[in-house]
Amino acid sequence: MADLTTDFVGIKSPNPFWLASAPPTDKEYNVRRAFEAGWGGVVWKTLGEDPPIVNVNGPRYGAIWGADRRLLGLNNIELITDRPLEVNLREIKAVKRDYPDRAVVVSLMVPCEEEAWKKILPLVEETGADGVELNFGCPHGMSERGMGSAVGQVPEYIEMVTRWVKQYTRMPCIVKLTPNITDVRKPAAAAHAGGADAVSLINTINSITGVDLDIFAPEPTIDGKGAHGGYCGPAVKPIALNMVAEIARSPEMKGLPISGIGGVTTWKDAAEFMVLGAGNVQVCTAAMTYGFKVVQEMISGLSQFMDEKGLTDTSELIGRAVPNISDWQHLNLNYVTKAEIDQDLCISCGRCYAACEDTSHQAIAMSDDRVFTVKDEECVACNLCVNVCPVEDCITMVEMQPGQTDPRTGQKVVKDYANWTTHPNNPGAVKAAE
Amino acid sequence: MDPKMLTEGIVAGRREAGQLADAFEDLHPPLSEHEALVAADRCYFCHDAPCTVACPTDIDIPLFIRQIATGTPEAAARTILSQNILGGMCARVCPTETLCEEVCVRETAEGKPVVIGQLQRFATDTLMAADEHPFERAPSTGKRIAVVGAGPAGLACAHRLAMKGHDVVVYDARPKAGGLNEYGIAAYKTVDGFAQAEVNWLMKIGGITLQNGKALGADLSLDDLKAEHDAVFLGVGLGGVNALGVPGDDKDGVRDAVDFIAELRQVSDLAALPVGRDVVVIGGGMTAVDAAVQAKLLGALNVIMVYRRGKDRLSASDFEQDLAASRGVRIITNAQPVAVHGNGAVREVEFAFTDDDLKPTGQNFRLPADQLFRAIGQTLIADGLPDLDGRKIAVTGAGRTSVSGVWAGGDCAAGGDDLTVTAVAEGRDAAEDIHARLMG
Ligand SMILES: Cc1cc2nc3c(=O)[nH]c(=O)nc-3n(C[C@H](O)[C@H](O)[C@H](O)COP(=O)(O)OP(=O)(O)OC[C@H]3O[C@@H](n4cnc5c(N)ncnc54)[C@H](O)[C@@H]3O)c2cc1C
Ligand SMILES: Cc1cc2nc3c(=O)[nH]c(=O)nc-3n(C[C@H](O)[C@H](O)[C@H](O)COP(=O)(O)O)c2cc1C
Ligand code: SF4
Repeated sequence: MADLTTDFVGIKSPNPFWLASAPPTDKEYNVRRAFEAGWGGVVWKTLGEDPPIVNVNGPRYGAIWGADRRLLGLNNIELITDRPLEVNLREIKAVKRDYPDRAVVVSLMVPCEEEAWKKILPLVEETGADGVELNFGCPHGMSERGMGSAVGQVPEYIEMVTRWVKQYTRMPCIVKLTPNITDVRKPAAAAHAGGADAVSLINTINSITGVDLDIFAPEPTIDGKGAHGGYCGPAVKPIALNMVAEIARSPEMKGLPISGIGGVTTWKDAAEFMVLGAGNVQVCTAAMTYGFKVVQEMISGLSQFMDEKGLTDTSELIGRAVPNISDWQHLNLNYVTKAEIDQDLCISCGRCYAACEDTSHQAIAMSDDRVFTVKDEECVACNLCVNVCPVEDCITMVEMQPGQTDPRTGQKVVKDYANWTTHPNNPGAVKAAE
Repeated sequence: MDPKMLTEGIVAGRREAGQLADAFEDLHPPLSEHEALVAADRCYFCHDAPCTVACPTDIDIPLFIRQIATGTPEAAARTILSQNILGGMCARVCPTETLCEEVCVRETAEGKPVVIGQLQRFATDTLMAADEHPFERAPSTGKRIAVVGAGPAGLACAHRLAMKGHDVVVYDARPKAGGLNEYGIAAYKTVDGFAQAEVNWLMKIGGITLQNGKALGADLSLDDLKAEHDAVFLGVGLGGVNALGVPGDDKDGVRDAVDFIAELRQVSDLAALPVGRDVVVIGGGMTAVDAAVQAKLLGALNVIMVYRRGKDRLSASDFEQDLAASRGVRIITNAQPVAVHGNGAVREVEFAFTDDDLKPTGQNFRLPADQLFRAIGQTLIADGLPDLDGRKIAVTGAGRTSVSGVWAGGDCAAGGDDLTVTAVAEGRDAAEDIHARLMG
């Protein structure tokens, strides 16, 4: 059985599945039950200064659903913890004492003033917690008060606060980034420069999940008005994966540990984050949708996957796909594939035909008796038919072999790699040495 | 029509080999991977899921379905087998329509439960196809335990004990292990020799010795077993059969349904198995349905099941009644046998219509029959066993009998339904109790 133990910036946990700072980690009662269910660690719901903030007293969540009302995206306007600092600290201490093998990291958000950080850090240290996470990501409410994503959007602030934190505590410091920026490498580099031990990402994305068309107000609606919230859940995973990958492959931040967050719902999602460079993952929405028990599928699934791949330690998994993340310009233009429809699997729905005929390259033929076939002379291998086909593996992309002639271009497929940088159509092409 | 269909008497070869093979094929063909994913996707991952509560072995059903949905049926199988080592057989034979699937919230919402049994089979088949045994034995404890009966109860008990590091000897009177899995369950529920394949797979845990052809009573005594072992578990099932107790009950052609089924399960060529043209089955439970349906599948022309109470009291589930009807079995209710007529061999069975209190209404009728199956319940052969509670071995807690050091579970023990899955649960729980007692 693969060893799922992870060491993230010196913080050990029996598995790489941590609960993200959010309602699941809001209090001792939850965290104890989470640990009993098997979670490897938690990032405690963000602490702030006293007096505690207050939350709205109406709905704080909005959502979007897929087929069968499967929850795909969740939006929230909740703020940081609304419980007194002292209560949280006492509970953190008790939990850490009883679960010494689990990771307990404390999320923090106090104003951008040195004194504020200097004051809170020793209090956290005293609980025996394993580290701190700086919440520079919350995109609603707190950002209006100059905290959360308001800090996370200004690299200079990130660097400054991170320095204070490293100065006033010996605890490992994880900087949680906001995705509400254009280039995530900038805030990550600032955290790195400030001495952060790691970054975690993503926090939630600015969003309005829907509008009540009877009262013409965004949802969730509080007395006829709505404010934008933060979006999370399966829907944000692609955005989070890309941001993690951007940091992981950036030469300037080589080796900077990353805690992957955003839409992790199954073991597969976790494995994807990890191969793209995340040292562990954090989960919020999946736990909020299905309860703490989901971690058991994540654990069994990841260890089975690692066994199947012959990997014995999570360190062998982390970053394994990073060398294969490429710029577009370096993709091999001599790699040619064609769609192929497995007639035994085909249920003759015609979706591939509609998609290709109406919006792509008119490369699928339809016979009177509803047999669908690919016209190799038209197929550009875009993959749209594969994506719209309701039957898994019915349409596949088949690689053409060197020496074969591509009926679309009339050109022979060549073995050699060639990319855009040297392509004749590229005005800026680098000329091969004569 | 095949002329043999019309031949009177109990004859073999009423149908051709090809027809028989079709008739006896898998009741629920296995799900393909795609079908399993679609089916798994319907599960809501309910909290404190009603399906798990309804499962006598407490399998974490939503978890295993999620493991299938996320592409790890092997992990799903481990979730199942850690609770129920005969999860493969239970996936095939459990009356899920009265257990987990009956309470599935999607049954409540849409009248269409998640197909839990079929998903369970998909998971366990996947793991067993890889010939993997997912459990390891704990270091040896040096304790020796006797298990009497290699049915579901005995096997589940033996496996759990072996896993805990004990050495187990399983004694069974029959030539093959498996109990009713091998000799009782309808053939179309467990095709392709699954029962023996499962026993072989289960034995891979190690530490279990099987001794077939050894009967408690004839070959072994409880006192000797107790003296030679640290504990004894009795999982002997119900070896006896209730008698009809009507005149003519002993005529040729009158037979216990369980014997007919056992013979059917063991015969290598179904075409060689004789069956009547006009078959009457007396009883209203699973055994009656199985005998009736299999007689029909073998080629009997008329098969009628007769039950003495009303339809609502039939212990065969709606699903089984529908199955019987769809195979052409007629079910008559509120009628009880009063005599078996015939000259040497049965020719007719006479019944009296009864009201719901089993009082004859005064109307009698006769059904032509050249074969009559008794399926009115099995009984415990109780010689030399611990104290009884009614007609079964009295137990307290996890199968403790009146004799210290002797546990019992499965059909032979009082309480619980007579189902494969219940036998597994009781065997497993007794093993845990034995372990706690021996090591405590
Ligand atoms: C025809 C029929 C169909 C059924 N169909 C279903 C079904 O579809 N689904 C379902 O859930 N349940 C079904 N059942 C019930 C199910 O088979 C039983 O509940 C289950 O097998 C009980 O398990 P057990 O281990 O207690 O006993 P058994 O399976 O009866 O096993 C007892 C074992 O003990 C051995 N034994 C008996 N006496 C002695 C002795 N003196 N010494 C040594 N060994 C002895 C026997 O040879 C046998 O191997 C059916 C039962 C019958 C009869
Ligand atoms: C209701 C709610 C409250 C949250 N509160 C916090 C918070 O206090 N601090 C924080 O760092 N992130 C907070 N988050 C963001 C999550 O920690 C996480 O980054 C985000 O939900 C993405 O992960 P997911 O897709 O697994 O949910 C909150 C998210 C939700 C849904
Ligand atoms: S009751 Fe049905 S939907 Fe709920 S967990 Fe069980 S199988 Fe899934």
